[in-house]
Amino acid sequence: MREYARPALLLTPLLLFLSIAYIFPFLGVARWSFTLPEPGIGNYETALTDPLVISVLVRTFRICLIVTIVTVVAAYAIALIWVCGTPGQKLFAELCILIPFWISVLTRAFGWVALLSNRGVINTWLLGAGIISEPLTLVRNEFGVVLGMAHYLIPFAVFPIASAMRSLDERVLLAARGMGASRLRTFWQVFLPMTGPGVLGAAVIVFVFALGFFITPSILGGGRSVMAAELIYLRIFQSPDWGLGAAISVLMMVTVGLLLALLMRFARPKSMLR
Amino acid sequence: MTSATVASEINVSGIGKSYGNFQALSDVSLNIGRGEFLTLLGPSGSGKTTLLMILAGFLKANSGRLRKDGVDITDLPAEKRGFGMVFQGYALFPHMSVAKNIAFPLLVKRQPAAEIRKRVDQMIDKVGLRGHENKRPSDLSGGQQQRVALARSLAFEPSVLLLDEPFSALDKNLRGSMQEEVSRLHRDSGTTFVFVTHDQSEALSLSTRVAIFNQGRLQQVGTPRDVYERPVNGFVAEFLGDINILPIDGAHRSGDVVKGRCAGHEVRVDCGPSQPSATLAIRPEHMSLTVERPAGVNALPVIIQSATYLGSATRFTVKTTDGPPLIVEMPTHAASAQLDTGAKAWIGWKEDRGYFL
Repeated sequence: MREYARPALLLTPLLLFLSIAYIFPFLGVARWSFTLPEPGIGNYETALTDPLVISVLVRTFRICLIVTIVTVVAAYAIALIWVCGTPGQKLFAELCILIPFWISVLTRAFGWVALLSNRGVINTWLLGAGIISEPLTLVRNEFGVVLGMAHYLIPFAVFPIASAMRSLDERVLLAARGMGASRLRTFWQVFLPMTGPGVLGAAVIVFVFALGFFITPSILGGGRSVMAAELIYLRIFQSPDWGLGAAISVLMMVTVGLLLALLMRFARPKSMLR
Repeated sequence: MTSATVASEINVSGIGKSYGNFQALSDVSLNIGRGEFLTLLGPSGSGKTTLLMILAGFLKANSGRLRKDGVDITDLPAEKRGFGMVFQGYALFPHMSVAKNIAFPLLVKRQPAAEIRKRVDQMIDKVGLRGHENKRPSDLSGGQQQRVALARSLAFEPSVLLLDEPFSALDKNLRGSMQEEVSRLHRDSGTTFVFVTHDQSEALSLSTRVAIFNQGRLQQVGTPRDVYERPVNGFVAEFLGDINILPIDGAHRSGDVVKGRCAGHEVRVDCGPSQPSATLAIRPEHMSLTVERPAGVNALPVIIQSATYLGSATRFTVKTTDGPPLIVEMPTHAASAQLDTGAKAWIGWKEDRGYFL
């Protein structure tokens, strides 16, 4: 009995912290969504029927999906170099992953603005070189948002993917080669499927992170590509519509919960059980 | 698909491999005959696995050439060699079913789907995995995974099958039955097998020939009987099992036999043409231990230091008056009850049983 009780005891501080910092506040938010301005499910009806809210939710999911795909593909390539490259390539990949990781999200967003704006580095150079005659719209639109978010999220995807690649038994790859499979076939039919759970895990992490993005879309989207987090912020801090803001929060939370359940079910069942 | 496999012959000449200052393999030359079951045997770090990986094409040798049926394959990449390989730990594809694992090499060879189905079916029957076709490797026992690995490596009828310590993860009973299975697959397929192990009894029981390695050098190649009964040096003799070493004074050839003295008694050795030396080696099971001096054989008086009952056999540690301790192993039913710790007794062995190292 004692052996089972001890770890539970060690977990109590964590549970307490989670309760105070997350669970009770969330329950409070959930209560607002059903009680403000008047009791009922009116806020959910509005959230799921109001064209503005729906358009923001659809945009949020579309952007997050695109960001997830871009991020995971880029992260896979970086992880591949990081795990399988020559020592020099490994060091380079490591720097590319870690340096942005250490820089504040705000700094990075403004960095992108400096690069991408109409009078930014890229447009100035392209105009000066005579390649374009009008500045390209690279920022204050979805393109800028996707770029900025993917850039921020890549390290979070690289770590689970690289860990999946590292835990792969090299002999399995040798076995495929030994049976006459080319490098390309070995990659597509053995390496990629075997690292699939890592990719799925990375995709869910990136998607969930992306759903809650606030600073990057609001700076790089320039108010034209409002996403769910920004909408919630506007509802709660700029219009006295706490109930609707809370309802959208709850909907996002449920989505995240479902995605995490999916991750547990398909991406890590073995490692979780054994 | 019933066409018999064409077994290949491999010629290894002067193969060497080093990692920095460490010489993993030095100048190994060896012929592996068509349809042979050759075992590479040695302690860990002896270079046996290095040689197998060079044969497979996963490692590049620093020197020497490799030929398959007379064609130089030294620089041929692994995927073009057409060798089958069974890895330590099996290296099955965890995301594929048993049937898909076995079908993989056939898909690579772009065989028609109907042929592949037929061949996979055949292999599943051959290794006794009927009913497990659609399971994932992780749902199988170690022995079953081993069978999948064997089926997969033999499915495309390779001209050579390389096996890297395939039984090291299995328990003793299962190991025995898998050894029989591998023997049977060798007979059925007629393919050349090259097998790596550090287990000398496995090597002796499975192989047509054994190649013994130590510290990156090939020590001896021969039939199991050759290497066990006529080892070329002390390492081979000791690696293949317990051995007693007796110091011999004044060994000299006298007619058909060699005569010398050991612990004050005359010893006669019928060792064929080999040169007499100062050390005589005899396997424990080739010696007998009796209360009375045995007649017609070499005999030395000893004191019994310990007797260990092993079931079918009893193992004695004995000491000659001024020689080293010796080990004698006798069938329990042949050992007298008077042979007990502290008792005086005689060891005896036939003249043709010992050999000079």
